[in-house]
Amino acid sequence: MATTATAPVYAPAERYVGESGVWSWLTTVDHKRIGTLYLFTSLFFFVVGGLEAGLIRAQLSGPNKHLVSAEMYNQLFTMHGTTMIFLAIMPLSAAFFNYLIPLQIGARDVAFPRLNAFSYWVYLLGALFMNSSWLINAAPNGGWFGYAPLTTYQFSPGLNIDFWVIGLQILGVSSLAAAFNFITTIINMRAPGMNLMRMPMFTWNAFVVQFLLVLAFPVITIALVFLQFDRFFGTTFYAIGAGADPLLWQHLFWIFGHPEVYILILPAFGLVSEIIPTFSRKPIFGYPVMVYATMLIAFLGFGVWAHHMFSVGMGPIADTVFGVTTMLIAIPTGVKIFNWIFTMWGGSVQFTTAMKFAIALVGLFTIGGISGVMHSSPPADLQQTDTYFIVAHFHYVLFGGSMMGIFGGIYYYFPKMTGRMMNEKLGTWHFWLTFVGMNVTFFPMHYAGLMGMPRRIYTYDSGQGWELFNKMSTYGTVLLIIGTAVFLWNFFRSHSIGAVAGNDPWKASTLEWSIPSPPPEYNFARIPRVTSRVPLWDITSPRLASEVPHTKRGDKRLDVDVASKHVGHAYPNPIGNQPKQAAEAGLHIEHATGRTAKDLGIPMPNPTIKPLICALGMTIMFSGLLFIHKDNMSLALITIIGGALVMTMALYAWLLTPLEDAH
Amino acid sequence: MTHASAAHGTHAHSAHDDTHGHPPTSTGLDNKKIAIWAFIGSECMLFASLISTYLIYKRRSVVGPYPHDACLPPLCSTPLPAILDIPITSASTFVLLMSSLAMVLALAAVEMKDQPKRTTGERILGSSKLWLWMTALLGATFLGFQAYEFTSFVHEGLTLRTNLFGSSFFTLTGFHGAHVTVGVLWLLSLLAIDYRRGLGPKDAINVDLAALYWHFVDVVWIVIFTLVYLIK
Amino acid sequence: MTHDPVHQPHSTVDHAAMGIAKEHPTWSTYWKVAVILTLITAIEVWIYYIPSFVASRLFVPSLLIMSAVKFVTVVLFYMHLRYDHKLFRALFMGPLIIAAVTMLGLMFLFGKLSIGVGAPN
Repeated sequence: MATTATAPVYAPAERYVGESGVWSWLTTVDHKRIGTLYLFTSLFFFVVGGLEAGLIRAQLSGPNKHLVSAEMYNQLFTMHGTTMIFLAIMPLSAAFFNYLIPLQIGARDVAFPRLNAFSYWVYLLGALFMNSSWLINAAPNGGWFGYAPLTTYQFSPGLNIDFWVIGLQILGVSSLAAAFNFITTIINMRAPGMNLMRMPMFTWNAFVVQFLLVLAFPVITIALVFLQFDRFFGTTFYAIGAGADPLLWQHLFWIFGHPEVYILILPAFGLVSEIIPTFSRKPIFGYPVMVYATMLIAFLGFGVWAHHMFSVGMGPIADTVFGVTTMLIAIPTGVKIFNWIFTMWGGSVQFTTAMKFAIALVGLFTIGGISGVMHSSPPADLQQTDTYFIVAHFHYVLFGGSMMGIFGGIYYYFPKMTGRMMNEKLGTWHFWLTFVGMNVTFFPMHYAGLMGMPRRIYTYDSGQGWELFNKMSTYGTVLLIIGTAVFLWNFFRSHSIGAVAGNDPWKASTLEWSIPSPPPEYNFARIPRVTSRVPLWDITSPRLASEVPHTKRGDKRLDVDVASKHVGHAYPNPIGNQPKQAAEAGLHIEHATGRTAKDLGIPMPNPTIKPLICALGMTIMFSGLLFIHKDNMSLALITIIGGALVMTMALYAWLLTPLEDAH
Repeated sequence: MTHASAAHGTHAHSAHDDTHGHPPTSTGLDNKKIAIWAFIGSECMLFASLISTYLIYKRRSVVGPYPHDACLPPLCSTPLPAILDIPITSASTFVLLMSSLAMVLALAAVEMKDQPKRTTGERILGSSKLWLWMTALLGATFLGFQAYEFTSFVHEGLTLRTNLFGSSFFTLTGFHGAHVTVGVLWLLSLLAIDYRRGLGPKDAINVDLAALYWHFVDVVWIVIFTLVYLIK
Repeated sequence: MTHDPVHQPHSTVDHAAMGIAKEHPTWSTYWKVAVILTLITAIEVWIYYIPSFVASRLFVPSLLIMSAVKFVTVVLFYMHLRYDHKLFRALFMGPLIIAAVTMLGLMFLFGKLSIGVGAPN
């Protein structure tokens, strides 16, 4: 294991090859493999959601088309929204959380590796459960927001909404479990010297997102519980005849729904905050302000929910308060936009594919953000609400923002995850097709919306001035589909024949690039000691690092025991035979050695199938509720109790088995 | 009396086996304890949603029975009593508060397992089995009160389906009861370990997790008792 | 369980380093807290049965205050936040504040707070 202070020499990588085979994937507790599983699964569902959008656009390409029925159209737009939000963007973010958080903070795994596996399996099974509704032609059809009382049994007697409500409940468990795990990981698993204010921006954004998840998901859980109880047990939460308030669901849903918007966008912000400094050859501009802006966005994100509901008539005080908070939240968001621009300003910008996507996010998210500010004014919102203007707005923030950031992140981190580079030429094609396609698809929707085209209509008459805009949107969607096909071709092709990447192909500044690509199971053979915010540049590009004044502060701290931090504690090297100086060398670059954790004596968690069985039991338990509507109480009880038993037994077996072998 | 501090989560690496051989945690605190506090934070939002809904739907039921106000003819064709039984619920509240006392004593007993006990009092206070049993039984007693309450409400004509009060009341208190049930099962699991190999100071962190959960459920009941039962 | 010797000296400085007070709750603290909780509960139930007090403007605020005192007491002593690391306080207080503000917002939006908190019935 060479420790070198000079620029890394990339040995033709002896790529780390872990165990393979289906069983090793079913039982894995390695955060990197779980991240990979998340990535592939969520890309699959991204394609599914995209195809649903393709059908929607085909239906709307001209007036009075009848490619799909009204009922099928309802199912398509509901599943498009639900799939993209819960099965594509959130788990794509989770893929990066899993893969990157431990690497960026210098840890060997997350705090609870088995819980991590559990989160993934719950996500997969929940996603399959919800999509299995297509097989019986009863996909959810109440919109991704599932407004009650429309979704109560009285108005939606089919199984459609049952699939939706149970599916979301299952997916919520996955998100919550993952959030507790990552909160603990980021608080507690940082390498010595990795102060909170030295954490990479992606980890910071991820950290804040976990708190949003932890606080927003219980609210939707309860709203869904009420809906489940109404549908299955005849409670009256959303029964207007019994005196229920038709706004209860809307309020609860948007108390969750607005933080959810930040759950979708902040991870992409984090990825872009990694990409832009690397390819501008400059540390990020205004790091502390970026951190505080992220926290402020999250905090204010809980105080703006009712701006989704201006049209219900909440009265002048509520309208004013929520209008003002909505305008306020644009400030920290704007701060981020300017910080990215100032990071690029004066830098030597390299226009790699990842950088192109990152810059696209800065521009497109700004457009979506500004149309968002337009909605913050209740009188203006009343003109725009429930029109295609809103559809344009949130696709600019979610496609132009989240997806652009995630695509950038995939190009940027693909070399780290696979050890191979993605093809830049295909990447450039992908970028331009997506960028042009995205704008051709969504920009005309602004006009269609302002001309009065309502959302969620399955067809429309000619002569209302909507034809041209709809035709443009449909052509744009074709470009997006071609672009995504190019991306997938690039992705799988590069996976097997891409150029070998080496540790640090982009000359980046954070810890994950100091180790081989793909990283060995233990990540770091020796835990690094972090002395700066751009640790790797301290070694590889000291000139760049020296421009960051604050990063040197606190070096002395490494030798003292600062309150509540063990930074000064010399971590006992598991290899044990390092010379003293080397063991305390702090930052270092590790090369691929092909040595396993066992060779190095590093304790790693054992693979286990129990989280998968536990997740399976839980999914079976939830799906038993479906039989209640088939009036088959005995089958329902058998499934629910059976699933609960499987879950509980797997849980006990899991908790009573030690994480790793005794040493 | 000195307490081992392990239960306060300061000795991650000495408290349990999971982190043995690993670098010490960044904060020196135990992973599980951070996770349970994050979980408790999350539960605040869960119960805030439930309690909010109960309060929003207060006095909006179009038919009885109502929580505090009896409904007499001619308003109601058959007379309906004010349904909440304050004396019984006060008793069950007291039981749950006492279970929290038993829980802290159980934790203290586990922490001090290795210290010599000289007097009978110290031996009683130092018996983790006694206090864990006590906590679990008091919790089960609370559940018994709740079962009694639910059954008598059903007899008086209030079910989940009757009105908004029934729906929101049973769901709110039912969720709380489910949390107590999980807590009792957790305590019984700890007791099983105690009988099998004895709980000692190194298990204090695991008992502490159960204790934090248990007290949180107690705290939620304190809020429910005031907002649902006492405020008319 | 074997200990890495390197850990040991470190563990001894934990308390001072982490700003954890040396004092720990004892049996006398525990039972005093229990007595206080019981007394407050008794007072709460007692005033519930005084019709004139129930009718007064003070009824709801006094119940809310007593409930809050019980809440804080259990959290500080039984959940030993008073003696514990400040991180746990942050992990609990942050969500609690957001939950409380959200509840107040909902009460306002549904017209439960328009007359003022203390208004009886």
